[in-house]
Amino acid sequence: MSDILVSEQSAPGADGSGRPSGRLLEVDDLRVEFRTRDGVAKVINGVTYHVDAGETLAVLGESGSGKSVTAQTIMGILDTPPGFVTGGQVRFHGKDMLTMSPEQRRRIRGEGIAMIFQDSLSALNPVFTVGFQIAEQFRIRRGMSRSDAKKRAIEMLDQVKIPNAKGRFSNYPHQFSGGMRQRAMIAMSLALDPEVLIADEPTTALDVTVQAQIMDLLGELQRERQMGMILITHDLGVVADVADRIAVMYAGRIVEEADVYDLYRKPAHPYTLGLLNSIPRMDEKGQELRTIKGLPPNLMNIPPGCAFNPRCPMAQPVCREKVPPLLQLGNGRASACHFAEELVNRD
Amino acid sequence: MTENIIEVRDLVKHYPVTRGVVFKKTIGHVKAVDGVSFDLKAGETLGVVGESGCGKSTLARVLMNLEKPTGGQVLYKGQDISKLSGGALRRLRRQIQLVMQDPYTSLNPRMTVGDLIGEPFEIHPEVAPRGSRRTKVKELLDLVGLNPEHINRYPHQFSGGQRQRIGIARALALRPEVIVCDEPVSALDVSIQAQVMNLLEKLQGEFGLSYVFIAHDLSVVRHLSDRVAVMYLGKMVEIGTEDEIYERPTHPYTQALLSAVPVPDPTVRESKAIIRLQGDVPSPVSPPSGCRFRTRCWKAQDVCAQEVPLLQIRPGSDHPSACHFAEKREIVVTHDAA
Repeated sequence: MSDILVSEQSAPGADGSGRPSGRLLEVDDLRVEFRTRDGVAKVINGVTYHVDAGETLAVLGESGSGKSVTAQTIMGILDTPPGFVTGGQVRFHGKDMLTMSPEQRRRIRGEGIAMIFQDSLSALNPVFTVGFQIAEQFRIRRGMSRSDAKKRAIEMLDQVKIPNAKGRFSNYPHQFSGGMRQRAMIAMSLALDPEVLIADEPTTALDVTVQAQIMDLLGELQRERQMGMILITHDLGVVADVADRIAVMYAGRIVEEADVYDLYRKPAHPYTLGLLNSIPRMDEKGQELRTIKGLPPNLMNIPPGCAFNPRCPMAQPVCREKVPPLLQLGNGRASACHFAEELVNRD
Repeated sequence: MTENIIEVRDLVKHYPVTRGVVFKKTIGHVKAVDGVSFDLKAGETLGVVGESGCGKSTLARVLMNLEKPTGGQVLYKGQDISKLSGGALRRLRRQIQLVMQDPYTSLNPRMTVGDLIGEPFEIHPEVAPRGSRRTKVKELLDLVGLNPEHINRYPHQFSGGQRQRIGIARALALRPEVIVCDEPVSALDVSIQAQVMNLLEKLQGEFGLSYVFIAHDLSVVRHLSDRVAVMYLGKMVEIGTEDEIYERPTHPYTQALLSAVPVPDPTVRESKAIIRLQGDVPSPVSPPSGCRFRTRCWKAQDVCAQEVPLLQIRPGSDHPSACHFAEKREIVVTHDAA
């Protein structure tokens, strides 16, 4: 009853154009470092992105690019120590969450922003039933009685298309298959009707046929609820299927941001181009794959200038000296490459 | 025709499911591999695809003779490998090597790279005399694109992709004829995955290796394979050349599997018709009668529950498929719900 009025203020169908402060969730120049015994790893070095109601932003990057740490910082579940936020803001409806009191943040978690994780088996508590873990939120956050909460939890299980939701309510996580568990986790994260859903590699551990089911379900629920979704993934195939906009991360920075069609048609950063060239495609039998040479940098010792320069086929002396800023190229595109214009204007 | 280097005939591997600690009794069998036959020709790559639990890794273990088959045979150049022992078995092991999935757990953290790659020479001293081993190891490191100077480093000093290269160097050490690759790139990042795939292709050309390439990623398999076998719940459902499987699949499971692979091209979003399979893979302890795929299949009829469809070439198709109603899919339609 009380959860109806929560998402009134989000404007469905907004393109994000010309609305300076109407953003749902904004990450602004975020910086995070990990202070470890071996030294300081600069994991996030000025990340800026936003997501609006009803849109899907895909955050694409390889392991160590900082895509998951950004999400953990937004959710306020960053392990401190070793992780420390050293700068920037995370604004939800314009308010900086990083300066809020723990109680205020807690209120946003679940109701404002919710998250689903990659590994559903370790994200669910093995000693409580799946139903209990979903119903718990209704009891604690909505003050419902046990029986009402159970009823709502069964509704949620039903919404994520778990067959025989009533019977499944009292099952433990290990009694679910991988796909079912991921559905249960989606039910749990959507229970309080969040405005933003962060999905961190939601289908990486699943088989392709199940992956397709889960991505369908997420898309459907997002459209119904006009949620903003941040999809964190390394899979260029999944991204092409569901994303509206893409932010590509490398060594703790956004190196390119663009509309999904633009990005695949004409990437504006050599790293994105390299990634697209290095995936084998099922719809065409290629010859040798064009690879990105070398390895991602050690985050304790990021190369000076552009972090990608040692691996970049286009690198010039300037790339070793100056860090390229993330510059707008128009049409909502941005690239952090000194030669972005040339990349976009080439045939 | 090129010769068959490995022939697998009716291979069966069941694992007993037991109950009780002291008085164990068998209450069933996990039918991990249940009647699989195929040939591997010299110099070719046979891709094996399927989802988790379909038996592809068990197949690898039996091919490597790490497990004895419950039934059927694996013939290496006509010899049944499970019957070999002693010296004959050791000589066979030189010829078939394995690259494992997880480069983090398949390398002993306490051994240097030199020891890891050189260990096969301890077991097979005839390949490299003691004095020449370090040079051999350095050659191997160079061959797989690692710095030969790093011979004294430990696995933790390498990244995932580099470790997988160490695993490949180790498999190559004895100059085998066949390498079984069990998900060799699935733990790697995209940019690194491509490097390792190129390396595998290069090595195949250089040494005339045959690969059995096991993976769940259909794009990776297509890229590397000459022929592809699709497995479902312990059975092979379809086998053919890379073109036959990817362009003209006739088994409903293959069709569904292929349609579910996300294509890295947003412009085909709307035009793509994905066949949505319902539900999950049944338990391999008690697989469905008849065709094992029938519980999720939109074509299922009564005959599918009664008769096990044989893997054979059927009218209107050019390669073997284990479906009573095998046919090409000319018109792409979406199947929403069963």
